[in-house]
Amino acid sequence: MTEIERLSYDVIVIGAGGAGLRAAIEAREQGKKTAIISKSLFGKAHTVMAEGGCAASMGNVNDKDNWMVHFGDTMRGGKFLNNWRMAELHAKEAPDRVWELETYGALFDRTPDGKISQRNFGGHTYPRLAHVGDRTGLELIRTLQQKIVSLQQEDLAETGDLDARIKVFAECTVTDLTKDGDRISGALAYWRESGRHLVFEAPAVILATGGIGKSFKVTSNSWEYTGDGHALALRAGASLINMEFIQFHPTGMVWPPSVKGILVTESVRGDGGVLTNSEGKRFMFDYIPDVFKGQYATTEEEADRWYTDADNNKRPPELLPRDEVARAINSEVKAGRGTPHGGVYLDVSSRLKPEVIIKKLPSMHHQFKELADVDITKEPMEVGPTCHYVMGGVEVDPDTGAASVAGLFAAGECSGGMHGSNRLGGNSLSDLLVFGRRSGAGAAAYIDSLGDQRPSISDDDVQIAARRSVAAFGDGGQEGSENPYTLHQELQQTMNDLVGIIRKQEEIQEALDRLEGLKARGEQVVVEGHRQFNPGWHLALDLRNMLLVSECVAKAAILRTESRGGHTRDDYPTMDAEWRHVLLVCTLADDGTVDVERKEQIPVREDLLDLFESDELGKYFTSAELSGRN
Amino acid sequence: MGNQEHFRVWRGDDEGGDFADYDVEVNEGEVVLDIIHRIQATQAPDLAVRWNCKAGKCGSCSAEINGRPRLLCMTRMSTLPPGEPIVVTPMRTFPVIRDLVTDVSFNYDKAREVRAFVPPEGVEPGDYRMQQVDVERSQEFRKCIECFLCQDTCHVLRDHEENKPAFAGPRFLMRVAELDMHPLDAAEEQGVNRKEAAQDEHGLGFCNITKCCTEVCPEHIKITDNALIPLKERVVDLKFDPMIRRKKRASRS
Repeated sequence: MTEIERLSYDVIVIGAGGAGLRAAIEAREQGKKTAIISKSLFGKAHTVMAEGGCAASMGNVNDKDNWMVHFGDTMRGGKFLNNWRMAELHAKEAPDRVWELETYGALFDRTPDGKISQRNFGGHTYPRLAHVGDRTGLELIRTLQQKIVSLQQEDLAETGDLDARIKVFAECTVTDLTKDGDRISGALAYWRESGRHLVFEAPAVILATGGIGKSFKVTSNSWEYTGDGHALALRAGASLINMEFIQFHPTGMVWPPSVKGILVTESVRGDGGVLTNSEGKRFMFDYIPDVFKGQYATTEEEADRWYTDADNNKRPPELLPRDEVARAINSEVKAGRGTPHGGVYLDVSSRLKPEVIIKKLPSMHHQFKELADVDITKEPMEVGPTCHYVMGGVEVDPDTGAASVAGLFAAGECSGGMHGSNRLGGNSLSDLLVFGRRSGAGAAAYIDSLGDQRPSISDDDVQIAARRSVAAFGDGGQEGSENPYTLHQELQQTMNDLVGIIRKQEEIQEALDRLEGLKARGEQVVVEGHRQFNPGWHLALDLRNMLLVSECVAKAAILRTESRGGHTRDDYPTMDAEWRHVLLVCTLADDGTVDVERKEQIPVREDLLDLFESDELGKYFTSAELSGRN
Repeated sequence: MGNQEHFRVWRGDDEGGDFADYDVEVNEGEVVLDIIHRIQATQAPDLAVRWNCKAGKCGSCSAEINGRPRLLCMTRMSTLPPGEPIVVTPMRTFPVIRDLVTDVSFNYDKAREVRAFVPPEGVEPGDYRMQQVDVERSQEFRKCIECFLCQDTCHVLRDHEENKPAFAGPRFLMRVAELDMHPLDAAEEQGVNRKEAAQDEHGLGFCNITKCCTEVCPEHIKITDNALIPLKERVVDLKFDPMIRRKKRASRS
């Protein structure tokens, strides 16, 4: 094999979305030489797709808001399965992280008194989402990207080299992490452009690779969302939690087929849009679950008054957490009350003036006009659930983002715990910022603790990993010749049909059987052409990760015999308090299969429990857990 | 199912290439990127194309369709003339890497030449106050998804390799305009005059406002009218207004 280029860094961050960039900024500001490795061009990460906003209890629009209310909403949204420490840190630190973006140059929409404006969103008690129209994720990415340029300009002035302390490796994919004994020592990657390998020697690796949505057929996720960080962590010996919880966003486009799954922002509902079925009925009033009884309006009149007088009316049920709305839409369509293209109607045209719609929802107006020939100022949209977010991810220490393997960290969507069984809209962008920063700081502190005991990478490990990554070109001992595109389509269909929004034992079992077959066929993948920008090869490598992560999802889903948040079992339709305190932990066994074990959650700290009424806690916790409380 | 359409896709690398012909199925509502993906999945698995979100939000899938700079994911098949071959080529202003993928590093280099936002001294995070009307002007420019189609179409850059070192292109002149209009940017206090930089460092004078950039912008940003022309006007004020020049001379002496 040819000589492989070696580069040396303190920290490498895998992924250049919001979490990765914020982590990299922190590591660099703490004096660590940092590399950002991104599968795509700089600034194209999936974070740009986030539309609605970034949740932070700044209290700019309603001054009753504070971190405790935000914490409570987050726990409720996650059905109290959340890692409470993460939810606490998130609620406390989100305002600082948003304000900090303004010092990087961000331009959020404003209140009349010149502060950052905040909008209503599902599950949030008060208007809480800092936003820029409906393109908040783009603003976040661009701001962080430009902050990195700003740091590079500082380094240029000081050292004469823009890339001296923080460098972006764009269109570069990591295939394996390397270890020195029990500790992380770096990563092997390849340039997409040339197919050439390179090795990053680094004692600390931060995973910030986002989600897994590309394993599902109908998804709002971009091609990059192939669970790379989840799979890298597993293969490096770390554990994943909560993998059974997948968020299906209630409103994705359903027509035309080529755009099925593309996101329709929750802001449409936050700003007044309503969901109706083919009979013209606002059906969400029929779907307020017991745990939220008393918190949502029960009549259209009250719901409509809430938009102008939130203090004296209850919020419309269209703004229930996403899992509830997605299930409701699913039920309406199944009951034969769907639209011609298998969704329900989402209408703002009869609720807001055209100029207000264009001002508040410009991207949605543009998206429907260009892709579906629908003018949302004149007619309703057709929408249905789409795979949007994975709550599960790398099990981490809340304060530092450290995984169970020394030197490995994770932040953002690829980490698990923060959102419990269901994430609230707007809590993703704030999660990226809060835990991106914390993981960057965690990695920096870890490096300081090493002194001169830095790990090294053996040549043998590099050669083995490099050979494995090019096996698909036909020297991997294949007997057949499977097409990666065909396998990917079959995987997506399997996950969508059998481990989708509504699940049952037999179907998940069938999915597991099919996954085994797909895994075997995955070994037989052969790609055509050479290594230069070859999408067939790239997909073959991504497929390995998708298959592994899908196995985690299915294996955890079959074990959890209850329904909670992003995990709905037709055969176990109710929530079971005995499952609330249990985490399902996935690890990789020596034979390459996934093991799932039950683990007890750490009990919620008393002062945090005190933030809730005991009636409410009684709906989620077992009586044993609550005994001794008054 | 759908119709058959004839696609001519440029294939090759930095050493040259040619058109490859594909007859491929097209269904209702599909966009050009769907068809490129179908060609990949059924006929040419190694056909290189750059894409991410497939929703017009990331600006990755820029190319030229029938000679026009477009996003592949936002060009519906129904908007192209029926029965005629559809010609897909890489962006012409940037070097080809492979097939439809070009080397756009020129743009990232230019981005790093624009002096970053300078936060105002003495204003704590959380204390930033700006009015909506004042942020709206820069917000329009921050809608930019960096697809670089404006850079691709700009005649100062297209077929004029020699202009590239001296000219940042519409995307990054718009970035200068955005920072110049940012209500709290404190560059001036640091001795950086963004208007002067636009003219002297980023080549604003090369632009002769033919509005090609505005025409191809998938975000419908009025690059020429709202960013470049006002920036030019402010440069003119600064550099050529006789009163300001007199004042400057007086302050120097």
